[in-house]
Amino acid sequence: MGYRFGRMLTAMLVALLVSVSWAEEPLQDPTAPPRTTTQSSVDGIDIPPLTLQEIINRLTSRSFDKKEAAIRQLAKQDNPRVVPLLNALMNRELVHNRKDDTIALGLKKDGQWELRDPESRQVIGQVDSRAARPVIINNRLRTVINNQLALAALNDPDSDIRYQAAGQLIGNDDPEMLAALAARRHQESRPRVAAQIDTALNIAALHSDDRTTRLDAIDALAGNLHPEVKNALNTRLLAADSSQETQALEKAIARIETRIETFQTADTVFFGLSLGSVLLLAAIGLAITFGVMGVINMAHGELIMLGAYTTYVVQQLLPSSHEWSLLIAVPAAFLVSAFVGVLIERFVIRFLYGRPLETLLATFGVSLILQQAVRVIFSPLNRTVITPEWMSGALEINPVFSLTYNRLYIIFFALAVFLALLTLLKKTRLGLQVRAVSQNRATARGLGIRSERVNALTFGLGSGIAGVAGVALAQLTNVGPNLGQSYIIDSFMVVVFGGVGNLWGTLTAAFSLGIANKLLEPMAGAVLAKIVVLVFIILFIQRKPRGLFPQRGRAAEE
Amino acid sequence: MSFSQSMKKLAAGVVASSAIAYSGAVMAADTIKVGVLHSLSGTMAISESTLKDTVLMMIEEQNKKGGIMGKKLEPVVVDPASNWPLFAEKTRELITKEDVDVIFGCWTSVSRKSVLPVVEELNGLLFYPVQYEGEESSKNVFYTGAAPNQQAIPAVDYLINDLGVERFVLAGTDYVYPRTTNKILEAYLKSKGVAEKDIMINYTPFGHSDWQSIVSEIKAFGSQGMKTAVVSTINGDANVPFYKELGNQGVSAEDIPVVAFSVGEEELSGIDTGPLVGHLAAWNYFQSVYNDNNEAFIDQWHAFTGDDKRVTNDPMEATYIGFNMWVKAVEKAKSTDTDKVADAMIGIQTPNLTGGTAVMNENHHLSKPVLIGEIQDDGQFAVVWETEGLVKGDAWSDFLPGSKDLVSDWTAPTRCGNYNTKTKSCGGASAE
Repeated sequence: MGYRFGRMLTAMLVALLVSVSWAEEPLQDPTAPPRTTTQSSVDGIDIPPLTLQEIINRLTSRSFDKKEAAIRQLAKQDNPRVVPLLNALMNRELVHNRKDDTIALGLKKDGQWELRDPESRQVIGQVDSRAARPVIINNRLRTVINNQLALAALNDPDSDIRYQAAGQLIGNDDPEMLAALAARRHQESRPRVAAQIDTALNIAALHSDDRTTRLDAIDALAGNLHPEVKNALNTRLLAADSSQETQALEKAIARIETRIETFQTADTVFFGLSLGSVLLLAAIGLAITFGVMGVINMAHGELIMLGAYTTYVVQQLLPSSHEWSLLIAVPAAFLVSAFVGVLIERFVIRFLYGRPLETLLATFGVSLILQQAVRVIFSPLNRTVITPEWMSGALEINPVFSLTYNRLYIIFFALAVFLALLTLLKKTRLGLQVRAVSQNRATARGLGIRSERVNALTFGLGSGIAGVAGVALAQLTNVGPNLGQSYIIDSFMVVVFGGVGNLWGTLTAAFSLGIANKLLEPMAGAVLAKIVVLVFIILFIQRKPRGLFPQRGRAAEE
Repeated sequence: MSFSQSMKKLAAGVVASSAIAYSGAVMAADTIKVGVLHSLSGTMAISESTLKDTVLMMIEEQNKKGGIMGKKLEPVVVDPASNWPLFAEKTRELITKEDVDVIFGCWTSVSRKSVLPVVEELNGLLFYPVQYEGEESSKNVFYTGAAPNQQAIPAVDYLINDLGVERFVLAGTDYVYPRTTNKILEAYLKSKGVAEKDIMINYTPFGHSDWQSIVSEIKAFGSQGMKTAVVSTINGDANVPFYKELGNQGVSAEDIPVVAFSVGEEELSGIDTGPLVGHLAAWNYFQSVYNDNNEAFIDQWHAFTGDDKRVTNDPMEATYIGFNMWVKAVEKAKSTDTDKVADAMIGIQTPNLTGGTAVMNENHHLSKPVLIGEIQDDGQFAVVWETEGLVKGDAWSDFLPGSKDLVSDWTAPTRCGNYNTKTKSCGGASAE
């Protein structure tokens, strides 16, 4: 292991050392594919003007080179249908009708293709689902189409669309595209879009023959975080023809790298917080059942899994409102898991209080039963939980630092659940009773608390929260029968590390373990990082068996 | 009750019981038992239960045609529950207690390795339908999935030649298949002139779900001015959060394509594939391949499962080929005796589902076409590249120092799974 670690460190150092100067070959322009059918050859064929239909019929070819030529030619046509047709091609709505070997707009309707004329959009017929197939495009064609669409979108009235279009064209050195960018730059009023266009133009200027143009471009690009910029500067560094240019390039790259490093630290912290929030969600229910009640519940993971499946079922029941079904799923998952939790408490755990080993075995059995039940009801295959639009994508702060929305929401959600639970335990009557029973059952009963009922309710509460965690985890991981197993160990780890019976301890433990894990991961790899964290916890528990925040008072002495 | 009445009853009872005994004997003599050894519970149930259904469907189909040599096929399904030692126990049970003539089973390499000594000891017959790391050839096993040279190597060739990729991230789950495959790929890439610093290797535990750091590392690795691709041997479940993270962090297939060896239609049926469009997978079969054989197979599968949303995948095709080959071999050998069938298997040809013919070679591996597909937004793959003709499965990789001199040949006179062409001798059970 030491050897591997050492090798990784060396590899990392080597990578750091050479990263400034290692681009060995000139940058390949993503739009210029390795095996190009050049545009001139297309122009050559093109003496008689072709109709739109004739051009797109060339997409029936199996060769991607021929398809590319057809797309480039299509993009050149002065016809309002060009952009919709390119979009249709991207969305697999251009289909190859096998019967008469033509291309038409196709829409799947009741297992059949409804074919429409590409130009007039008139319905021209219906064919069996196997009689027509969408035109296959690959990544290279997708880039070509995206560039053409971006070119068309460059003069769009919406500045967001212009911004994206300019971004797509960065790194492109097609003279036609550059001319369009330069023309747009003169009219552009939005600074955001203008900056994006400047980046694109400056990268292109790095290839200029004139040294001052190049030096100006290098200066302008210094500190620019767009990934293409660093690529282009590194490439240029290999071709630099004067010490002045080399120096300017090195300075510019160094500035970019310093900025990237700063943001990478921020990135790691965010990743750590995010992992911490997942740990917190998984563990917080356990902090109640294990921490407060002292029940070792091996079925805790399966209660999380039930919550995740509830999310799935809610989405199935409300097929039209995926965007908001999560809001219904949260209370539904709470109720389902809480209900199952109360059943487990009433029928299994109740008879086993004070016998931790038997509880462990019995709840482990329950966990297997729940897993297999889900396999029988939902099949062993994973279920798709749809991520709503507002949770997809990332909040892009700059090209090297972005916060993914799903993680961001889950951090807030975990904290909200934590605060709600804390309030419940500290401010409500049930909370008071729970605390009383967990501190001293006999005295609590003596004071008239129905400890049986409180036990059931507390266990239900912990289980319900596990269910709520399941809703959040369904957005991050697979919804399948094994979902629970992957979280049960982490949950126990967090609760024990934080100090049994202490919610704040759970919070601190979850976030510190999350961040520690993420700090170690780039250095040691995911497997080793996990091992290191586990070993650390084992050593820590040896020294302080009661965790970070040991419980004080009578309960602690039991 | 009169005496005669009770005598009648007794007689009827005797007749009935002897009839049952007789019919039992007829059953035993007149059926061919087929063992199905796929996990129906535990981690692997997600993948393996589909293959159990595939075998049952094939058996049903064969019985409709009248069975083999006039005998009906009788499936014996056991559940090894994703528990590797249990695989060995269940195999022993199938061969000694149930007396099956053939076993279709296993998915993970570790389960196969656990079954291997048992089938060799009891001289059973196992058909293994999943792509694997190679470096094995047993007299009692037929490998109908892809060997590394039928999946990994062509895929990397495609990346280098067609996409111009110069830097590679080899990302895998931490177990035997990814580690061996990546060892082979690393050696292969170096032989192609890719420098050590342009290869990043990363392993993650089973079911890994927090991919944030790794995806961001891949992003950084890919922003060094050279075209970068990820070669993924990430297994099963862990793929879903991996692809989700790629989508969320904005890594598109146009920037950094991911080519996967363990992601098929079944795995994608658990994800919204919108953000994944354009990422690649290399297999010997895709559901989207258009030909009559495949269409018929898909229809049959939908009818059998009663669900026309169920997808088909590569290991199902491998099961299909394996089953049909076994049927042909039994008919050719006119016996279900392991040795006779194993001899008859070599050289057997059956149609595959991609419009060609599968051939069983003397090393117990198939000749198959290699296809590369891009993920589409409907969870299917569109084929963007395929090999010309068939690629012969290679039991021992030519790119590993320990195995490059080994060949497997189960025909006379060699009859050896790991024959060393240098020392001209048959080695032990395996290399290394």
